[in-house]
Amino acid sequence: MKLTQPFAPAFFLLVLASLAAQQPDRGFPSAIEAGSAFSIELHGSGQANLYIFGPNQVLQRTIQLGGATYFPAGSLYNAGHYSFLVDAGSQSQSGEFDVVPVSEPSELSFLAKPSRLPVNLRGGITGAIYVFDRYRNLIIVPEAARFELSSQTGNKQTRSVPTHDGAVWIAMDSTAQQGVDKFLAQVGGISSLRIIRQVPGEPCGIKMKARASGARVQLITDPVRDCNGNLVPDGTIVTFTETSGGTESTADVPLKQGFAQIEMPSRAGATISVASGTVLGNQIRWEQ
Amino acid sequence: MKKGGVLATCLFLVTTILIVIGTIKPVPSALAYASRDGREIASSSTPEAALNNLGAEIRAQAWGKAYANLANKTQFTQEEFVRDLTGKYPCLRSSATLNNFEVFPLHATTDDAEARMKFYWSTSVGVLPDSRDLHLVRRGDRWEAEWPIQKEPTAPPQVIPVNYLRWDVIYRGAGDDWGAQDVESPHVRIIDMHPVERADGVFLLGELLNEDVVPAYVSVSATLLDKNHARLETEGSFDKISHLLLPKQVTPFLILFPNMSLSKVGSIRMTPFSTLIPASADPVIELDNERLNPMPSPSLTGQLINQSGQVVNVAHVLGTFYDRNGQVVWVADQYIDRALVPQSPVSFDLHIPEDLAGKISSQRTVVSTYSFGGAA
Repeated sequence: MKLTQPFAPAFFLLVLASLAAQQPDRGFPSAIEAGSAFSIELHGSGQANLYIFGPNQVLQRTIQLGGATYFPAGSLYNAGHYSFLVDAGSQSQSGEFDVVPVSEPSELSFLAKPSRLPVNLRGGITGAIYVFDRYRNLIIVPEAARFELSSQTGNKQTRSVPTHDGAVWIAMDSTAQQGVDKFLAQVGGISSLRIIRQVPGEPCGIKMKARASGARVQLITDPVRDCNGNLVPDGTIVTFTETSGGTESTADVPLKQGFAQIEMPSRAGATISVASGTVLGNQIRWEQ
Repeated sequence: MKKGGVLATCLFLVTTILIVIGTIKPVPSALAYASRDGREIASSSTPEAALNNLGAEIRAQAWGKAYANLANKTQFTQEEFVRDLTGKYPCLRSSATLNNFEVFPLHATTDDAEARMKFYWSTSVGVLPDSRDLHLVRRGDRWEAEWPIQKEPTAPPQVIPVNYLRWDVIYRGAGDDWGAQDVESPHVRIIDMHPVERADGVFLLGELLNEDVVPAYVSVSATLLDKNHARLETEGSFDKISHLLLPKQVTPFLILFPNMSLSKVGSIRMTPFSTLIPASADPVIELDNERLNPMPSPSLTGQLINQSGQVVNVAHVLGTFYDRNGQVVWVADQYIDRALVPQSPVSFDLHIPEDLAGKISSQRTVVSTYSFGGAA
């Protein structure tokens, strides 16, 4: 068969069309934003079954080859790598594409640890955030994150760090003052708040006084504070020990309204000591 | 058919023989329960027999019968007698049953006698012993015991002000965000640990401190590893620890590895456990007159005084014993089977092993308490 001059351009177009039909992912965008509407147009003719497989998602559609197929918003929402397969007999084709997260952050997962820590602890507070879009896809492009730790007295520590692969973490110091601090993480217009309680450290310099109370001796501590001057919280156990001759009397007393008090037997010559945990206080020799 | 008849005859004969044996020589427990209906188990013709009868009646909870046979019943009512045995307020003794008893004659003449009765009460925390010295008198051909009644003290009516301090906990909910933090578990620390090998096995003794500002429910477990770091055994402290620790409170703990030798042990892995618990700071228990008693019967004795206005139903005393260097050498405990009434002293007695008595130079005692109908 011999081709004549006028048929040459038509033949060239036919070859191009044939080559195009062999390109499996023609008509599919290489990347689609999660949840967005999109359309595809696959070459060929007649009806075919289109299968799309991705992370936690499978779609099946009957499409018309050679025409546009429209996918409404929200059809593909899990970010990740997808495969498609067009089942159309001799015109079957397959390919791959990506669904990428929405660029605008919609949700933060903020892990702040610990929820309670002693005052004056360097690097004691850690915060980690994970940035998600509205479909809970991790946004892996860098975003500017801001952390703010504010105390009841108005003191603030702030840090700004970019996210890396969708996450970022920082460490912050606890202050010298006890109280309930607010720990805020912010990315774009999204923020998340956690509460960090800074509690007093070990009691420092426990002091008690003794006075006669009938046949007993009344023991009472001064308000118990840590080494930064914070009042040690109520309920903290203070141990009073009275030693006289070969006998001993002890009592574990909780702090109430800042101090601990108890009445113990009055024994002349007795030595009375006070302690809390592993911290010792003063000692009194009772002579009455 | 013929075989079945032979079998039936054999079963009938065996049953008859067993009934005859059981009637002639009953087992003591059956005898005790049989005496509930008021019949006497044996004649009280000797002091020992009278006390055996009394013990059996108490074991069978035949209170009326036991009370009726007492020589000094005019000095107290039957209700007071029962309260003396079972407690006035709910306590370990209230739900206890008498497991067994022993009688030890001390002295006897023709008309009176002295004897010691040791009672072993089965309670929810194990067998708790109790001892009473009784005087017996002869009335005709019978002996009757005089019950040494111990009337449980009652606090005089008064108002005791309590600055009630209590912690409650709100945990993370199921519907909370994935990143929402839960409340932090209390921080606890083992401040001392010391393995000791004894005839029973290897004991791990130590102390645990709640270094946090919130109450903690605590326990300790330990794993013994051999020299190749392979696991030998894992045990927990069970009740040889005060499970509720208020802030800065210290508890001793004791973990027993039965039939274990220290020579097999290469290392020990300690695992303290703590979790938040709703708790109250009250009651305060004072330990008074604590005294280390020397050989031949080494012990730590003292008295518990409930300083609050709330009745304590169960008290658990834990003693830590130290050598001259301040190292823990033993941990002993005792459950108090009586309720602690406000301001009324109740004695405790912690036994110390004879071989360790010489090493002990100081002690520290803590009390954990439980009150029915309220938090500890």
